[in-house]
Amino acid sequence: MSVDNQIQFFEKQERIYPKRVTGKFRNLKWIIMIITLGIYYLTPFIRWDRGPNAPDQAVLIDLERARAYWFWIEIWPQEVYILTGILILAAIALFFVTSLFGRVWCGYFCFQTVWTDLFVWVERIVQGDRVKRKRLREGPWTFEKTYKLAITHLIWLAIAWWTAGSFVLYFNDAPTLVMSFFKFDVSPTVLGFMFGLTFSTYLMAGFAREQVCTFMCPYARFQSAMFDKDTLIIAYDETRGEERGKHKKGDTWEGRGHCVDCTACVQVCPMGIDIRDGLQMECIACGLCVDACNNIMDKLDLPQGLIRYDTENRMDELRVGKEPSKLHIMRPRTIYYTCILTVVGSLMLLALLSRAPLDMSVLHDRNPLFVKLSDGSFRNGYDVKILNKTHEDKTYALTVHGIEGAEVIVKSAGDVKAEKLFVPADSVGSYHILIKADVDAGPRRPVTLKLEDYASDIEDSYESIFVTQRD
Amino acid sequence: MTKNKTQPKKVNNKKDVDQVSGIETTGHEWDGLKELNNPLPRWWLWVWFATIVWSLFYFVAYPAWPTLSGATEGTSGYTQYKELKASQNEIEKRQAVYLERFENASFEEILADEALYKFASAGGRTAFMDNCATCHGTGAAGAEGYPNLQDDDWIWGGTIEDIYTTLKHGIRWDEDEDTRVSMMPAYGKDGVLTRDEIKSVVKYVMSLSDKSIHADEAGMTIFMENCAACHGEDGKGIPEMGAPNLADAIWLYGGDKHSIYETVYYARAGVMPAWQHRLDENTLRQISVYVHELGGGE
Repeated sequence: MSVDNQIQFFEKQERIYPKRVTGKFRNLKWIIMIITLGIYYLTPFIRWDRGPNAPDQAVLIDLERARAYWFWIEIWPQEVYILTGILILAAIALFFVTSLFGRVWCGYFCFQTVWTDLFVWVERIVQGDRVKRKRLREGPWTFEKTYKLAITHLIWLAIAWWTAGSFVLYFNDAPTLVMSFFKFDVSPTVLGFMFGLTFSTYLMAGFAREQVCTFMCPYARFQSAMFDKDTLIIAYDETRGEERGKHKKGDTWEGRGHCVDCTACVQVCPMGIDIRDGLQMECIACGLCVDACNNIMDKLDLPQGLIRYDTENRMDELRVGKEPSKLHIMRPRTIYYTCILTVVGSLMLLALLSRAPLDMSVLHDRNPLFVKLSDGSFRNGYDVKILNKTHEDKTYALTVHGIEGAEVIVKSAGDVKAEKLFVPADSVGSYHILIKADVDAGPRRPVTLKLEDYASDIEDSYESIFVTQRD
Repeated sequence: MTKNKTQPKKVNNKKDVDQVSGIETTGHEWDGLKELNNPLPRWWLWVWFATIVWSLFYFVAYPAWPTLSGATEGTSGYTQYKELKASQNEIEKRQAVYLERFENASFEEILADEALYKFASAGGRTAFMDNCATCHGTGAAGAEGYPNLQDDDWIWGGTIEDIYTTLKHGIRWDEDEDTRVSMMPAYGKDGVLTRDEIKSVVKYVMSLSDKSIHADEAGMTIFMENCAACHGEDGKGIPEMGAPNLADAIWLYGGDKHSIYETVYYARAGVMPAWQHRLDENTLRQISVYVHELGGGE
């Protein structure tokens, strides 16, 4: 047997020239693009007064001082579980939305989509729409091609540079960093990140585009697990569309489908697929083909919705000639997701609401576990860390409860009393203390260390142990 | 016979193409298996060439060529020894800021100054771990025969100056003229006391710290005649003489009847080295601060 065709291991990327389209989903995409990009580019410049000793940027990740600020919420490193919670919440919300409306996240909100959309828009403004673009790109190198491509890439790079810059602003004081750019005084770290992110934005939105969604994005691969037959997808109504074919004005629609095979839906698709082939992994549910088809239907005086958001179940019912049933929003799947969302959301809320401005952690010394003193009493050592999350210097009083006649000694330079432990604003105070008590040797006993700030009635306590013999 | 010249094999120039994959073969064949001519990926080759070029550069720029006296320096002049030296210099420079102040400060001043105290304590801790922890334990809690430095019982005194002196000159360290020596007679071994007398005095010694034990007059008499000169009439010890306190709850060699009997019979004489020959003055002072602040310093 002979195989004529050469085996190809990698397919060459076929360039896609999405055609301009108008319609309600396109408008929705524009609006979402403006809002999301607006949030992204402008947020670092929002100010938020936190008083002295704290930055006044509303959203800031201060790596140097290990703090994250989000408006009124401040996150310390040990509260990173809040971030974990947000990620879990976001993931479940994504699954929930996907189970209801399919890949609408991909089609409208995903940054890959949004920036690609923006880059394609630039391409169209400079080089013209689909046909012009295609002709220019595939044609010979002329002066026009050169300068038009140059302008396109320059604008792309400018957008990418600004995108990278905005990212860096989230980690620095925005106005200061912007000013330092004008003074040519930027740290190599900042520059490194900016070059890296500029390059990746330029590469991903300018070149990789739909390949990211098809080959790189893990979500595209497991989104089918969130789908069922009642999930909204972009659906081509075969029963109405077939037999497809060219149509001359004045001809009757009797005995044929409404699809005139104009390929408008294919031309506008940013993923380069033909939705009439049915649901495909590449489809990001952006609805541009719906707009394109509706425009054609309007011209032909046919009802809209040959291609529409619909469910597989309803399509199946149409196919067997049944009246399509109603949309099933309440399904076991959506109910699960709602429950998980509620639980995780409540836990998060609880965690955020119960955040105290004072936190104490106590570590019992392990070496030695205890010391016997000459008068027969025992002494235990503890490492006490006091987290003063307020923006004022504080003095706290440490008291010990649970052991009769316990004496607290602070080991520090000078004469520091346990009733006066000083911790500067927004920082962690570290003290080593000794608890001395005249007790009989015996099993370890619980001891509570209590920390109070008399000035503001804030207090915190920590359960530890007092050891007097080896187990 | 005519010489049969071997004809050179005719080279088969015709390309042999594998039927299944459509790929040319190399002409190598083993038991009917042919090797396909799948060239290396181009990018892979280029990466390989790049690594060769890089290695040449590396050989020249960095120490690589072994010689009898070490290795070549490399044109970049970089070695890890140099880097180590540089970072050590930097650390020493950082230390120097404190060291000068530390050298001129008295112990009292050090204990009152937070920065100096932290500096001394940190340095002392490191030196302690390197030199002292072998006997006294990493937590300074000691062991039998090796005093616990965390408690408040000091054989030779627990003020910071006392600790410093002990560190500097050691205990029973023959090589140091100023070393501290205390000598307890071996009452049993040397025949000073009989077994019964020792038993009697041991009971008296135990009664000093344990009020539930009632010792007889005889034990007390023996104690007053033999032990009180060093340990004091009340048994509370005399730090100047290095005589341990026998009336407290802490025992260096064990506080049970058998241990104390052995102590009286054979006597004990622990040794601590003098550290002034091995550690510099600053380190000695830093360890003093650290040990003093462990919690039992007087």
